[in-house]
Amino acid sequence: MNHARRGGGAVAVLTVLLSLVTGCGAGGSGQRTLTVLAAASLTESFRAIGDEFSRNNPGIDVRFNFQGSSLLAEQIRQGSGGDVFASANEEMMTKVRRADALAGQPRPFATNRLTVVVPPDNPAGVESFADLADPDTSVVVCAPRVPCGSATERVESASGVELSPVSEENDVKDVLHKVVAGEADAGLVYVTDAESAGDEVEVVDFPAADEVTNEYPIAELAASEHPELAERFVEFVRGERGREILDEYGFGAP
Amino acid sequence: MRGSAPPLGRLVPRRAREGERPVGVPLPLRLPALLALALIVLPVLGLFARVDPARLPTLLTGPAALTALGLSVRTALAATLLALLLGGPLAVVLARSRFPGLRFVRGCVLLPLVLPPVVGGLALLYLLGRTGPLGGPLRDWFGLSLPYTTAAVVLAQTFVAMPFLVVSLEGALRAAGTEYERVSATLGAGPWLTFRRVTLPMLLPALGSGLVLTFARALGEFGATITFAGSLRGTTRTLPLAIYTEAQADVDAAVAMSLLLVAIALLVILVARPKAVEGRG
Repeated sequence: MNHARRGGGAVAVLTVLLSLVTGCGAGGSGQRTLTVLAAASLTESFRAIGDEFSRNNPGIDVRFNFQGSSLLAEQIRQGSGGDVFASANEEMMTKVRRADALAGQPRPFATNRLTVVVPPDNPAGVESFADLADPDTSVVVCAPRVPCGSATERVESASGVELSPVSEENDVKDVLHKVVAGEADAGLVYVTDAESAGDEVEVVDFPAADEVTNEYPIAELAASEHPELAERFVEFVRGERGREILDEYGFGAP
Repeated sequence: MRGSAPPLGRLVPRRAREGERPVGVPLPLRLPALLALALIVLPVLGLFARVDPARLPTLLTGPAALTALGLSVRTALAATLLALLLGGPLAVVLARSRFPGLRFVRGCVLLPLVLPPVVGGLALLYLLGRTGPLGGPLRDWFGLSLPYTTAAVVLAQTFVAMPFLVVSLEGALRAAGTEYERVSATLGAGPWLTFRRVTLPMLLPALGSGLVLTFARALGEFGATITFAGSLRGTTRTLPLAIYTEAQADVDAAVAMSLLLVAIALLVILVARPKAVEGRG
């Protein structure tokens, strides 16, 4: 008897807490929120796209979750929700599709390729991709588990140059940060990340990079509560304005 | 060991005798207490539920897990030793000396406990990184570069974990008071002899629990390590970093390694029984 009452109390407290939390999440009646899960490398370009999309569609609030594609794919598989997924490579999108978590077909919307970035004064004098193999040059790359890391491996085999990095980061932005902070002689990042860093890094282009491109697919998620909105967003990204904005940030056409 | 230190015996409250009537806990405290316990225990149980028992042995004996485990144990032991060599004397100085700004210094020692470890990692990176005010000269004059080395991992772990040792030692020293040390001095013993024969034996129980806590904290260190030392298998990728990397792709492997860390943590807490954790010390 006593135990039952105690249990009931605990359930009541939890119910109140949960309703508070979910109540806040739902937001106002007129405002609808679209949640887009996107690869870290899309941070700047998708923010710009989201701003313009919200301007064209009043009453719709676009929220982004920018992280490594692998982590996002895993979160979606674990039922994290969200309306749209934009991945930095096909592998991670396929992973989500196999889990039956997609509502629409994945469609390519951009391409990206790797480049070498060095600190502004280029302390190690890196001139080519082969220079990165010098044991005195500290190179930071993405971990093989994440899309920019698997692209790095493909570039290594395409160029025949084997790197021995000092660190393998989980996110392309972490690689960029190490170079910007001057704590590495060189890093392998996407062209678009190099672009976003502006004067803080110098870019060293190399031929093998062109042979390895990542194709970015986008798709609506099955968990979406606004499937029609999700589709509208995907169409906007793939449409003329979306293409223009992505182009501004250095992404190639699919 | 505990019994051989007579001065402390007087100060440590005796354990509740068997069969002694416990003081009643009011009902309004019991419900939140239950929720608090659930909040800690349920997620850990969730980890166990997530893992596929058939794959567990393969995942745990894989090279990635074993390399990370070995590195973690080695670096955490080194960090604990470094904390003892540097933090131990600091605790004695803080507890036994008086100088202006002592309160401020004591506050600084607590800083790593309060700061997010990532901030600690950034601070270390900007001090000891190749462009840092200390890292630059080290590199130019001695050819030493700390980031991306196992030494950097040890340093990051020491930064985060040493306060646990300092705080528990300093607390024990203050609680013990200076009475016995004064007596020792009046009997003609110098400061060094007094420290070795009087202070040190009094400190042993607190030292044990402080070291265990320091080791456990160093073992779990993540934020400062990944920011300052980077992540490379065999060199800087300790177990927590390996878990994070694996979680990007193979969650089963990440969960298996998490279980390993939980098991080690439980072992440390239960077997070593640090008195600070048990609330009597």
